[in-house]
Amino acid sequence: MTSDLWTMLFQQSWALALLRGGMTTVLVGVLGMAFGLVVASPMAVARWQGVRLLSPLIDVYSILVRSVPGLLVIYLLFFGSVQSFERVASAFGFQPTRDVYPFFIGLVSIAAISCAYSIEVLRGALETIPKGLIEAAQALAVPKHVAFFKIIVPLALRAAAGGLNNVWQMTIKDTSLVSVVGLQEVMRVAAVASGITRSPLVFYVLAALLYFAITGVSQWLFARLERRLERGFGAR
Amino acid sequence: MDFELLHEAFPLLLKGAQLTVLISVVGVLVGLPAGIALALLRTSANRRLRFLVRLADGYAALFRGTPMLVQVFVLYYGLAQIGMIRQTPVLWWLISDALRCAMLAVVLNTAAYTSEIFRTAFLSVPRGVMEAAEACGLSRLHAFLLVRLPLAVRQALPSYGNEAAIIVKESSLASTITVLEITGHAKRLMSETFAIIEIFVMASVFYVVINFTVLGLMRLVEMRLRTPGHAVARRR
Repeated sequence: MTSDLWTMLFQQSWALALLRGGMTTVLVGVLGMAFGLVVASPMAVARWQGVRLLSPLIDVYSILVRSVPGLLVIYLLFFGSVQSFERVASAFGFQPTRDVYPFFIGLVSIAAISCAYSIEVLRGALETIPKGLIEAAQALAVPKHVAFFKIIVPLALRAAAGGLNNVWQMTIKDTSLVSVVGLQEVMRVAAVASGITRSPLVFYVLAALLYFAITGVSQWLFARLERRLERGFGAR
Repeated sequence: MDFELLHEAFPLLLKGAQLTVLISVVGVLVGLPAGIALALLRTSANRRLRFLVRLADGYAALFRGTPMLVQVFVLYYGLAQIGMIRQTPVLWWLISDALRCAMLAVVLNTAAYTSEIFRTAFLSVPRGVMEAAEACGLSRLHAFLLVRLPLAVRQALPSYGNEAAIIVKESSLASTITVLEITGHAKRLMSETFAIIEIFVMASVFYVVINFTVLGLMRLVEMRLRTPGHAVARRR
């Protein structure tokens, strides 16, 4: 058994494939979360300000994506775009390789899902800011953009840290769903490996441990970040 | 939207919805008591149970730190490899069928999250209240059933409502092991009819209806359990 394991992991180099899959997982997770945040921030501000027409639209998007399984969202984006993507790509005169498309659509779906959750977190964080504080800034004639970037954003970020940590944990786990459209991340590699070697137990358990390591490390990083954000507010 | 498509897709999705509801109901009925029991174990100060407490902590961390897709695959594809499990009739009965396996995965997953919710709820019961119960001469069992549990349940309900909605969504992963619930049927219909958006909207409506019912029921329970004169913590 142990010698089998050694052969599978190192002589057939599945260990390397799994690690490479792990890198893809982290990359898709980080980029997806980052894109999601970039899109979610103005949306959250619009919701916070109650911009007419825009705010309810964003709310519908957020509620819809949050009440539907991620898998369904991925199927929608994948099946809904695979033809048009190929058309656009060939119109620009290049043949999309089999790796580009799953990566692209995986990224878009992860971003779309994490964005919906981030909106709520950021909006909640913005709402924790006391009105008096904003009024004080106005009374001191602080320009609006300065008040926003120097007073509101730093305070909101501190309030949002915990919620964003949850969104990140969820996002990194959601990346496993992208394997259904063929992106070579941890789950996909594990599925391929267990098909070839006929030992699903070993590879799925290894995949689980890899995810566990990724979430564990990111949890530790977040704990450090949160301690930094708490600086100057006294220990709690 | 044409009616022919509606006519074809609606009955299938409705059939899928029954499975989604079935999986979710089992998830709540088994996962909730299991989660509460685990939470009790994890908050117990009994030194003789220390090993079990560690085990339960590890279980919760592992199931919360890995994607549910991995858990489903380990259970369905991985465990079938172990001869001992194939020879134990009860275990083999559980694992061999995709639907039962999906239910098992949902239960194991939600028990871990539920135990975390109730762990913090149990910890939030003020010690003075428990001392008061002791001073009034309540036995340990009575103090638990009449004081600690009701207080903790009220504290945990809003979070548990969210968890119940998550169960409904996570049940979609059953589609990856051939169980045809809503997402499974939706995927099939998408690849057969190419009416991607229409199918997505219909499937989403099913999920939204189920989830709103779940959240509405939770709201009702919350209202019923409300102590007069005490404000209930608002959701979100």
